[in-house]
Formats: sequence, C-alpha cells, structure tokens
Amino acid sequence: MYVAVMGGERAIENAHRLLAHERRGDRSVPELSLSQISEQLGLAVDRVMSEGALYDRELAALAIKQARGDLIEAIFLVRAFRATLPRFGATEPVDTGAMRVQRRISSTFKDIPGGQVLGPTFDYTHRLLDPGLAEGGNPAAPALAATSDVPMPRVTDILRQDGLIEPSPVAEEDAPVGDLTRDPLSFPAGRDLRLQNLARGDEGFLLALGYSTQRGYGRNHPFAGEIRFGEVEVEFFAEEIGFAVPLGSIELTECQMVNQFKGSATEPPCFTRGYGLAFGQSERKTMSMALVDRALRARELGEDVVAPAQDEEFVMSHSDNVQATGFVEHLKLPHYVDFQSELGLLRKLRREFADANAAPEMKEAAE
Amino acid sequence: MVEVTGASDQPLLVAEGLTKSYGRLAACRDVSFVLYPGEVLAIVGESGSGKSTLLQMLSAQLAPSGGRVSYRMRDGVLRDLAELGEAERRFLFRTDWGYVHQDPAQGLRMAVSAGANVGERLMAVGWNNYGRIRQTASSWLERVEIDVARIDDAPRTYSGGMRQRLQIARNLVTEPRLVFMDEPTGGLDVSVQARLLDLMRSLVNELGLAAIVVTHDLAVARLLSHRVMVMKEGRVIETGLTDQVLDDPREPYTQLLVSSILPA
Amino acid sequence: MNAPTYNFAYLDEQTKRMIRRAILKAIAIPGYQVPFASREMPMPYGWGTGGVQVTAAILGPKDVLKVIDQGSDDTTNAISIRKFFAKTAGVETTTSTDAATVIQTRHRIPEAPLRAGQVLVYQVPIPEPLRFLEPRETETRRMHALAEYGLMHVKLYEDIARFGHIATSYAYPVKVNARYVMDPSPTPKFDNPKMDNCPALQLFGAGREKRIYAIPPYTPVVSLDFEDHPFTRYKFDAPCALCGAEESYLDEIVTDDKGSRMFVCSDTDYCEGRQAAGHRGVESAAPHKEAANG
Ligand SMILES: Nc1ncnc2c1ncn2[C@@H]1O[C@H](COP(=O)(O)OP(=O)(O)OP(=O)(O)O)[C@@H](O)[C@H]1O
Ligand SMILES: [Mg+2]
Ligand SMILES: [Zn+2]
Repeated sequence: MYVAVMGGERAIENAHRLLAHERRGDRSVPELSLSQISEQLGLAVDRVMSEGALYDRELAALAIKQARGDLIEAIFLVRAFRATLPRFGATEPVDTGAMRVQRRISSTFKDIPGGQVLGPTFDYTHRLLDPGLAEGGNPAAPALAATSDVPMPRVTDILRQDGLIEPSPVAEEDAPVGDLTRDPLSFPAGRDLRLQNLARGDEGFLLALGYSTQRGYGRNHPFAGEIRFGEVEVEFFAEEIGFAVPLGSIELTECQMVNQFKGSATEPPCFTRGYGLAFGQSERKTMSMALVDRALRARELGEDVVAPAQDEEFVMSHSDNVQATGFVEHLKLPHYVDFQSELGLLRKLRREFADANAAPEMKEAAE
Repeated sequence: MVEVTGASDQPLLVAEGLTKSYGRLAACRDVSFVLYPGEVLAIVGESGSGKSTLLQMLSAQLAPSGGRVSYRMRDGVLRDLAELGEAERRFLFRTDWGYVHQDPAQGLRMAVSAGANVGERLMAVGWNNYGRIRQTASSWLERVEIDVARIDDAPRTYSGGMRQRLQIARNLVTEPRLVFMDEPTGGLDVSVQARLLDLMRSLVNELGLAAIVVTHDLAVARLLSHRVMVMKEGRVIETGLTDQVLDDPREPYTQLLVSSILPA
Repeated sequence: MNAPTYNFAYLDEQTKRMIRRAILKAIAIPGYQVPFASREMPMPYGWGTGGVQVTAAILGPKDVLKVIDQGSDDTTNAISIRKFFAKTAGVETTTSTDAATVIQTRHRIPEAPLRAGQVLVYQVPIPEPLRFLEPRETETRRMHALAEYGLMHVKLYEDIARFGHIATSYAYPVKVNARYVMDPSPTPKFDNPKMDNCPALQLFGAGREKRIYAIPPYTPVVSLDFEDHPFTRYKFDAPCALCGAEESYLDEIVTDDKGSRMFVCSDTDYCEGRQAAGHRGVESAAPHKEAANG
C-alpha cells in the first residue's frame, strides 16, 4: 500500500530551527556581537555593503552573523532589505578629490602632489600565520603624524591637464541618473549602468575577468594610475530648501586605471580610463572593476570585441552573485515533472532504438 | 562567353555613384552600373581594390558614404535599399537573394545537419511539412553533388569543397533571383575549383539567376560571367562583355591582370 | 537600527504599480516579453521571484490564493511561497483549484479546468524560447520583432532527423495569437493544450531575467510542430494508481530498493478530489497527512 509523503510544512519549520541552532554553534563559546564583526571583520563588512549596495555597517554585520559568515548569503539579505526601502532621490556626486585619504598610491609616478600614503594594507606583509594573534592581545598603537592640508589631486586630473588622458565623460545636466534596480536593463547599456552593475558585481567574478584581460583575453595595457581609500562627504540636494545638505560621510575605495592609448587621423593619441569604486576598503574589487570597465569600453573605443571581459551582455548578465547563486541553487528545487517528461521520452527513444537495431540482427540470425 | 538566359529590359539592380570612405581612404569611389535579370557580373581587381566593399554595399550590409542602390522587388517596383525597413531587408535576404561567402563557416550553421542548413530558409518562409522540407533538401544536395546519405551530418564533418557546395544549396533553395558571391572558389584546390565552377555555371543557367561574383581569378570571371568590371584603387577602370575585356583589354592595368594571371 | 516594516503583499505600492503597468502591456501584446524592473525579493532568484512579484502586484485582500510546485500544494517551495503571502498579505489560502482566484504555479497547470475570473501565475526561469539557439538578448529581441522564427523550426527539424520525433518534452515552445513564439515555462508539454483558448488569465513572471508576459483569456495558443509530425500530448501507459485517472499527468514513485515503480497524479488536489468522489486506483488508500499541530 502506498502512502503519499506529506508534512513539508513541519519539515521546513524544523529545518529553520536546526539552522538557528547550528548558527549559534557551541553554546559554551561566547556569542559574536555585531560590533565585533564590524570592528574585527571589517573587510567582510565592506564587501557585503558594496555588493549588497547599501552603506550600513551594522546591518551588514547583522547579515554576516545571520548568514553564518556566508558572504553571498549576507549580500542577499542586505539586498532584499534594500529593495523595500523608499527612494528619496540621488545624492550629489561625491568628490573623491576631496577625500580624507587614509591610503593613496600611484604606480605611474614616483612622487605626486600630496605624496604616496601607504596606509593600512596587507601589501608587503609576509604571509606567515601569526600564532600570537590566536592568543589575542592589543597591538601597538599606530604611529601618528599631524594631518596635512596639502591637497591630493587625483593622478588622472594631473594627466588631464596636459591632455594626456581622455576627459572623464561629463553627464548631461538634466539627464536622469540611470538606476538598474529601478529600470529594466536593455542592451547596449550606457556606462553609468555598466558601472552600477560592476559595483554590485561579485568580487570573484570581476577578479577572474580582470585577470583574463591581463592574460591576453582583451588586453588593454593597464597602469594603476591611482588607488585611494578614505572618507568622503555625501550631500543631498533638497528641493524644498534649495541647497545641498550634508548627510554624513562614508568610506570609499577608488581605483583609476590608466590604459592603452587611442588616437586616429582626427584625434591626437591619449591614454584611456578604466574606473572602479566600492564602499569601504576594497582594493581587489575596485582594481578588477576598473580593468573590466575599460574592457567593456571596447566598442566605444573602436576595438574588436573578442574576449569575454569585453562582452557587455556576457559580463552584465553574469556578474551578480545574488542572481547567480539563486539560479545555480534552484537546481535543488524539485524538478520531478520535467524529469518525468524526459524520462518518458528517453524510454520511448531507447525502445525505438532497440527495435530499429534489433531487427536486422534478427534477420541475419535467421539467415 | 556565356549567354544571358532570362534577359529582360527592366533592370534588376541599379547602382548609382556608390562611394565608401574610411577616414581618408576611399575604399570605393563613384561606382555606377545596371544589372539585368539573369545576368552574371564579375567584379575583378587586385587585393584591396574595393571589391568586397562594393559587394557589401550592393547587398545592403554596409551603408554607403555616398550614392545608392535600387532593387526591383518581386512586385516590379524599383526600391532604394536604404529606404527599406529592416524587416523588408531581412526578408529579401532569405527569399530573393543569396549570399555565398568565401568562408563557408560564415554562411552555414556548422553545428546543425546539412538537411537543416538547406531547409532553414524554407522554414523561415513558412514551410511546415517535415517530409517536403527534407525531400527538397535531398534534391538540392543531389543537385550540388553531395551524397544524400550525408544529409544528417553537420558541415563540420564536410570537406572544404563540400561545404562550399552546401552553402550554394542553402542559398538557392528558395530560388532567389539574385546571388552575391565573394570569392566563392577561394581557398579551394584547383581541381575542386573546376568542379565547383562547372556546377555554378549550370545552376546559374538552369535557374536564370542574376549574380554578382567578386573574384580576383579571371578564370572564374571567364567561365561564369557575361560582363566584367575591373576595379583598381576603389574605382571601376574598365567594364564590358567578359570576352571583350579579357581578350582585348584596353586599360594597361587590365592588360597586366590578364597577361599575368590568365595564360590562355 | 533600521527595523524593516512591510506593505500589504510585501511590495510597496509604487513597485506594484510599475509591475501592473508591465502586466497590462503584456496582456495587450499576447506572448510578448515585457521588460520590468524586477525587485530583489526575500527569496532567491530562480525560486519563483518573478511569479511572486506578479502575484504580489495583483493580489487583493479578497483573493483566495493557491500555490503549487510540481502540481502539488505540499512541496516545500509551494509551502514557503504560500506562507509568505499568508504572512505579508493575510489573504485566505487554499489547496482547491476551484476555490482559488489566484493560482501561482511552478512547472504544472492544474488538471481541473480553469474558469473565467481566475488568474494563473507561472514562475519562469528562462523566458526566452530562443535562448538556447541564440544566447544574445539583442539578437533574440530582433528575431521576435521581425517574427523570424526559422531557427526554432531548425531545432525541431534536427530533433526529428536525429530521433524520429520532436524531442522536447517540457518547455515546449508555442505560438501565441499567431504572432509571438513563447516559452510556456518548464511545464511538461502534456499541459500545453490547456493554455489554448483558456478562460483564465495566464501571467508569466521571470524575476531574474526581468520579464513579464501574458496570455489573455480565450487566446489561441498553438504548440509548434510540422504538419506531418504534429504535436502530440504525452500519454502514460497506466492510470493513476491512487485515483485511477486516465487523463492526468503522473509522477513516477520509486517504491522500494528493487526499483519497483508506481505512477500517481502529480496534481495532488485533483487526485484527492477524485478519491473523495469515490474513484479508486490499484494502490488506493487515503494519503496520510500529519495532524496540523504536529
Ligand atoms: N572596415 C574597414 N575599415 C577601414 N578600411 C577598410 C575597411 N574595410 C575595407 N577597408 C579598406 O578598403 C580597401 C578595399 O578593401 P576591400 O576589402 O573592399 O578589398 P578587396 O578588393 O575585396 O580585396 P581582396 O581581394 O583582398 O579581398 C582596402 O584598402 C581596405 O583596407
Ligand atoms: Mg575581398
Ligand atoms: Zn490520481
């Protein structure tokens, strides 16, 4: 006698309970606080804010805790929350030239106005596991210097003065800011939408694509013109009062690549640009983004589109890890019905194949 | 010389002052001519003289910088190609026109069977009977001398000459009135070329096709075409009946072409 | 902390209006894929976010909602989506096809005929029927615009040449209102005839791919085929083992480790209804349900 399996509802509830239990782990170990996450796993928080497209350290830390450290799951939580927030408008463009810089390097000039500032970086650390850290304890206080008022112009602005690099495209005054979370995307997409897509894009995906351009799949001869990380002011233009009001400050990383030059009979040769921007300190992400941004400008710059990184539809359709993980993981959902159709068809085809191939053999055997 | 079979006094295609510039380079300058139904025109000239550029403009794949191309549609009206909508243009391309690429991989679907390659245009114009489509595809394979037993094989598994013949079958199956060919025998060895030329010649005759054939091989021009246009540096420098131009070239450049390439 | 608060049926009214506009356009152009600004939903892409957004946009407080996955009301994803709307919209839910005003489905069309006034909302993973023949969106949109569907028939031709049949068993392409070729979502081709001239409104939502399309009531929907290789509905060898239904789509159940099989209706509501009405199959028994309080 067959009994149909029911009771999925209770199974789901129990699974959720078990998940919460596993998330907490051994209860004799003190529970993580959100401030521990945002203070001590700061780069994870930065990534979740960037790809979650929401600047809120506390919510990002909560998402990381809830997701048991699965950053893509955390990004998903932040995105789903973000989608429910009302939209008041767009801020004024942030001025990264006026950034309160914590770190700033250029690989194109040895010395630049404002200087190179190494700042907090893994670069030049020897990657030796530190047993001392397992014990815990307080590191030495950082060395301090007086803050400097010397302006730190962007390296690309310096190049621009001599016309050595193409101008940054200027947005039309009254053109609305494209928003790919509010309008359906269509191809070809403008650079504003491409950059939005890349800013939300999966760090690993962009890293691999950026790397592929360096290895010859859409090579564009990049130099890290400048990478800077620090705080910028965010301002919002309030219609009612007629001027921009400060909303606060956020931490950003900006990468400006200086790339292979272009030129033609009518235009003098000059360097081209690739741009990357992310919340918090996210150098790998912004550098990869800048490489891919430049690669995606191939058509606009009259280059052949031959490599994956140059293919706008390919890149933009596959960069989002929330979309990607959903669709890959949906294979876990039941597909009994489709599978049954395929099974039925396959059995039929195999039967026919067997009949067709059995017939002549039998004839031979009979002869 | 070849006789014009489907001759008519109404031109099929009219080119007027066709020009294409790339920056300062004029790939094609001020080309005008008239093509009649059933007529085969060969465009000859050395590499870089603008032949492919001209062919692409004639077949509406490249917008001219100057001049225009008009084509007599099946309803008898002569239309400026630049004024056709994309739908009309694509319809022309899958019914009334054929385009044979030098590289068959560009003109075929390499991963689908020969039968489907030939049948695609029929299905695109609404044929809906598998048996009839397959029957028509088989008879076209026979016509282009491909073993019908290979009908379910993909062109990936075909030789260069077979691919080219398959491409011709795929183009001719809707009985177009005009076929464009860019170096149809390029890249094939001499004996394969000869067989392919023979085949094209008889098909063009049987079907009363008009054709515009780009080639740098004067033997191809002599075998296939009624008229020849000689190009140099983007200009037409000599034009006339094939035998006349090839046997008695007036321009020194044509004389050079004829003497250097065509011994007989 | 910014504690979340949610609107009726989760989405804010502005978003719902945007989706309703897309739905109206879709109804006006049957089978045409309307791009819409799909939102990030609190369930993963590929798990019904398109269907959920469409349902959220059309749901009113008086609606009665049924959610099925694989034909069944009790599959985990169906339960999860039903609970989502029970919680965010507080609407009445049901497992009865007949009692429902809105039915959200994944992979099946209910066996019981739908009626005028009902809406069937399909969850769609890949809305583009030409996608696996042509991966580029710019190109497929052009093909639809110009009704260039030769390539689709090339695929069917290849199937017959290779297998002797059209070897597509689900997501079988249809032509809607004699114009657009449409993907019916991964329903088995068994269900295709139910779409034709259906009295209910059929809406399709693809969240990840950001498309909505529709079949208005009483619209002709034709499965693509050849005259001499006509579309055929899959026929099972035996009736449902529980209710004896001859004309329903069956799930294959592996009943022991020796590979024994039995076949039962995939539409659980239909099967239970028939059993309640006294129909019997060879393995009949009332399906065991756990008590609600567990
Ligand atoms: N897209 C393009 N951009 C710039 N120049 C071009 C382009 N296409 C063709 N040209 C130039 O136009 C001229 C004519 O080229 P075209 O391809 O028409 O020559 P062809 O006669 O077909 O030569 P071949 O026999 O080698 O095929 C050449 O100088 C070529 O370099
Ligand atoms: Mg050429
Ligand atoms: Zn049953």
